[in-house]
Amino acid sequence: MPGGGRRATDETHIMFDIPMQSLLAQLLVGLINGCFYAMLSMGLAIIFGLLNIINFAHGAQFMVAAFLAWMGFSQLPLLLGPEFKINFWAALVLAPLIVGGLGVLLEKTLLKRLYHLDHLYGLLLTFGVSLVLEGVFRHFYGISGASYDPPALLQGGIDLGFMYLPLYRGFVVVASILICGCTWFLFEKTRLGALLRAGTENPKLLQAFGVNIPLMITLTYGFGVGLAGIAGVLATPIMQVNPLMGANLLNIVFAVVVIGGLGSILGAVVSGLALGLLEGLTKVFYPEASTVVVFVIMAVVLLTRPAGLFGKEH
Amino acid sequence: MQFRKLSVCLAACAALSSFSVHAQVSDDVVKIGVLNDLSGIYSDLSGQGSVTAARMAIEEMGGKVLGKPVELVFADHQNKPDVAANLARGWFDQGKVDMVTDFPTTSTALAVMEIARQKNRVVMPSSGLATAILGEKCTPLTAQWTTNTYALAAGTARALVKEGKKTWYFVTADYTFGHSLEKDATEVIKADGGSVVGSSRHPFPGNDFSSFLLKAQASKADVIALANAGNDTVNAIKQANEYGITRKQVVAPLLTYISDVHSIGLDKAQGMYLSEAFYWDYDDRSRAWSRKFFEIQKRMPTAAQAGVYSATLNYLKAVQAAGTDEAKAVMAQLRKMTIDDAVIRKGKLREDGALVHDMLLLQVKTPAESKAPWDYYKVKSVLKGADVFPPINPACQAGK
Repeated sequence: MPGGGRRATDETHIMFDIPMQSLLAQLLVGLINGCFYAMLSMGLAIIFGLLNIINFAHGAQFMVAAFLAWMGFSQLPLLLGPEFKINFWAALVLAPLIVGGLGVLLEKTLLKRLYHLDHLYGLLLTFGVSLVLEGVFRHFYGISGASYDPPALLQGGIDLGFMYLPLYRGFVVVASILICGCTWFLFEKTRLGALLRAGTENPKLLQAFGVNIPLMITLTYGFGVGLAGIAGVLATPIMQVNPLMGANLLNIVFAVVVIGGLGSILGAVVSGLALGLLEGLTKVFYPEASTVVVFVIMAVVLLTRPAGLFGKEH
Repeated sequence: MQFRKLSVCLAACAALSSFSVHAQVSDDVVKIGVLNDLSGIYSDLSGQGSVTAARMAIEEMGGKVLGKPVELVFADHQNKPDVAANLARGWFDQGKVDMVTDFPTTSTALAVMEIARQKNRVVMPSSGLATAILGEKCTPLTAQWTTNTYALAAGTARALVKEGKKTWYFVTADYTFGHSLEKDATEVIKADGGSVVGSSRHPFPGNDFSSFLLKAQASKADVIALANAGNDTVNAIKQANEYGITRKQVVAPLLTYISDVHSIGLDKAQGMYLSEAFYWDYDDRSRAWSRKFFEIQKRMPTAAQAGVYSATLNYLKAVQAAGTDEAKAVMAQLRKMTIDDAVIRKGKLREDGALVHDMLLLQVKTPAESKAPWDYYKVKSVLKGADVFPPINPACQAGK
């Protein structure tokens, strides 16, 4: 009785009326989104940890990197000739460097004047910067933006049985876990990381030991922005490249940072991935709540552990 | 001598008549307001292009009507009904604005319609498309100019059901417009013998449609209908391609503007069916007007922008013919006219505020078929207005 047998297995794979297959697929999709949350919130956490600046320009910097990748691929060859085409892999290195460089410039010229003031001023400045960046790109490129195809190597996909996974999305998961892992290692296990963490605790004392704190701060900001840049380039083949692509993500990412604990790298990564998964699950069981679920959790965390899940009370 | 007397008489008559006409244009100016999204996700399909379109209509009328200047104002309603209501109230109370047009989000149009009714001004939504405008909340001073969700859905859904695509799954933007599009399309699909097997509602605006698309894929429906607009449609189509969904199922966007196809690219959009109120390359008249628009805006007009041109032009013609800018008289005149211009063909404004006119069923060209930039569609058929526009909703009391 092959028919009867199949029915039995189907039943065992159904949970709460949701087929197991689609549950797995949604979890995987959630994980992919979680990777972006993790990368972006990690950058924010690093910047906040050392600079005490809530970097509201993070979303705009993510967007600028995505635009740079797109421009290098489809605009530069039109301007300078086909030999100037910058492919995805080159963009993955160049765009974060350029965006990080712009971040250094921003820190050197504007942000550093605000360290002695309240958090609010840094937030206002970076918010203003993000509005300016979005406005400039909207003016020149409109709002619908442009498409960018994944590199040839990563086109197509694999059939996992429960879903068809586009190769590129699989690559994003691997790449972002690698990036998060390396960053964590850099900050938690190396001497440079130890200095940076010491700088977070007591910059004055560290400077007395001869460490160049201002340089360290500048480079840290550049590094955090560069992480947003990497995420931006990774996002280009998935999302439409448009001036608001970062702003749409940033709200959630801020909630992720708050949940993970401001300034905690591990917290940012873990809660980024976990919230991506949770959002995926919500989309299966009650899609209408998928946009609020992150904020509900944020509220609960703030009420029970105001410093976040991984944050330390000061 | 006789001749001289006659001319004096004529001059006096002219002076008199112009005097009486002056008295009937309120505030000595006819003012058009374009209220739309100048910065958000709908700014490419409406935005500055709509302002340009309205300006073109005013220029075509010589910048004057009944001897009084026509002025143009515009503002960004940010797709928020409260912002739209405040702006419109200011325009009506202090700004001397007589007619407001565009509204790329229906909820903003609904908010302004009620205020306009109280202040006796005309509202002509060109990109606010939900049929809610023609329902319970309809007003006698509203003309939904370009098209509506029902007409769009009817065109695309009928064509696909006729091809044997009987089962449908909806991916719907979770606000008035999306709901309206889904409801109207469902009506048409069921009437034509198809069925709807499920739907998912996504937040507006959305970035990632993967989970909704995967659900749609799992439903095994013949057609995945996208009841959303602008960037949401663009992203959903792009991601449907990515997940290989387009190989087995048809993805049918129920509202697609040419700006969307432009940014998706033909390789991903090719073969899709869609309905539009206007396509620039339809005939000589539409081409001539669109090329003028292109020179200013550097993009071809979307149906929404073209609709703003047509709405403004016909509003001004109606003011001219009615001899006044008093809202009720202008609306009565608009209802008397047959609308026929570079954009709208064989149009008749109905009592409930629907402009019933011929629509186009289009198919997106393959990259090989496209000869030039913006050469994106094949016109499959002209859909008669009476066949695609919805019957008058009994809940609408505008005519009574």
